[in-house]
Amino acid sequence: MTRSRRAFLRLGVAATAAAVLRSRPARAQATGPRVVVVGGGFAGASCARALRRADPRIAVTLVEPNATFVACPFSNSVISGLRELSAQQFTYEHVAADGITIARTTATAVDATARSVTLADGARLAYERVVLAPGIDIKWGALPGYDEAAAAQMPHAWRAGEQTLLLRRQLEAMDDGGLVVISAPANPFRCPPGPYERASLIAHFLKMKKPKSKLIVLDAKDAFSKQRLFQAAWAELYPGLLEWVPLSKGGNVTSVDAATRTLTTDFGRHQAKVANVIPPQKAGRIAEVAGVADRSGWCPIDPVTFESKLQANIHVIGDAAIAGAMPKSAFAANSQAKVCAAAVAALLAGGTPSSPKLINTCYSLVAPDYGISVAGVYQPTSGQLADVPGAGGVSPSDAPRETRKAEAVLAEAWFRTITSEAFG
Amino acid sequence: MRSIVAAAIGLASIATATVASAEPPAGAAACSGCHPSSARVSSPVPRLAGRDRAEIVKAMQDFRSGARAGTVMDRIAKGFTDAEIQAIAAWYAEQK
Repeated sequence: MTRSRRAFLRLGVAATAAAVLRSRPARAQATGPRVVVVGGGFAGASCARALRRADPRIAVTLVEPNATFVACPFSNSVISGLRELSAQQFTYEHVAADGITIARTTATAVDATARSVTLADGARLAYERVVLAPGIDIKWGALPGYDEAAAAQMPHAWRAGEQTLLLRRQLEAMDDGGLVVISAPANPFRCPPGPYERASLIAHFLKMKKPKSKLIVLDAKDAFSKQRLFQAAWAELYPGLLEWVPLSKGGNVTSVDAATRTLTTDFGRHQAKVANVIPPQKAGRIAEVAGVADRSGWCPIDPVTFESKLQANIHVIGDAAIAGAMPKSAFAANSQAKVCAAAVAALLAGGTPSSPKLINTCYSLVAPDYGISVAGVYQPTSGQLADVPGAGGVSPSDAPRETRKAEAVLAEAWFRTITSEAFG
Repeated sequence: MRSIVAAAIGLASIATATVASAEPPAGAAACSGCHPSSARVSSPVPRLAGRDRAEIVKAMQDFRSGARAGTVMDRIAKGFTDAEIQAIAAWYAEQK
């Protein structure tokens, strides 16, 4: 808790105590400059809270249609039966208790000139600054044959929730000896190591429960995050079970047929018993509507303030942003949220935001007790968020098994910490 | 005695509440991605708020030089200068 937040608490002790007794938002909503945050994921929820900490005078409204957030990190453990979906679910009760107004609806438009956000019922929220944290949308139509109906047969499970459970049920229902196929997209996409953690944990599930089965990863790339560590672990833990097919060996999936669960590549066809298609993605829809997404489908931003390079007073954080060397991860989203909140608070107070330094750390599980990580430190360099030279990198390739165990424990601890920051 | 201290801290806090410079120095906000802000979170990763300034500085310098083994902190510490480490340590030492 920052000093200013403590001071605000002291000033508002009487009101706070009364509000807690009524189980209502614990702090009175502010009447200062108005900031609207669109999207209540790791980026949006963290930013809304950080804005209130940075300056309690700021009136923050969080626009989010879902009453419950379902976290993607660790959802691969849900798919492989190691964890229940309930462990991924978080409400906005504590966010609201920070004095943030929650608008439980969808933002349908942003008027950059009038500075207002239009909600699904037609109401408008005026703002001094708006922060868009819409996450990703699936680029339906980018992969021939893969539409929303196809996703009910060949789940993407790349937004956690029903899709996660669907993929888990399909794996549980499959006979031993079945072929599971994962299709991984070209860069950029949400959670770069995610497809490979998923392959690892599905392989773990198959090894334990259906050992005659086989898993093929068809990849639109020739290289991926933490590749050497993943491949060394696969050779050790899942020999003969998990096969990775890179772009250059015919991994690029060019079309799918949901009815027969067939994935077609330049080199041939794979008919799967269970097919997990991780499709191409783009920034969440509101980014395009607001005019902050470029032709790539993602949002160029200023690396100091996260303000859009295309529209004034609109900031973009999290997976939707083009954040240079930073990956699209929950950790990065949270890190960006806090930098963006400090910059917005400074700008609203008439100040100049200082140049930030950001961190990312991503853990992946190769097995329940085998964790690996990648870390990075970033700073604005020539208008982009660039790696700080000499810092960051992946877990050592020759680390003993105790280190892998320790990183699996640290991965779970990270999840508890980051979800506490955003929602706890 | 305790109430006098609390009152003094309260006054100091009210004074800083109106000053924008109470914001964390570059890099400090990112630490709480792993180091819990809340004392309610169970984690082997230590909380930083209220820790001794010199202790944080030494830990960061030792992770950076390799004198102390880390899982990720060795890789992260290499991204920070002495001045940044001093500022981050001073800021966290002041937090509760």
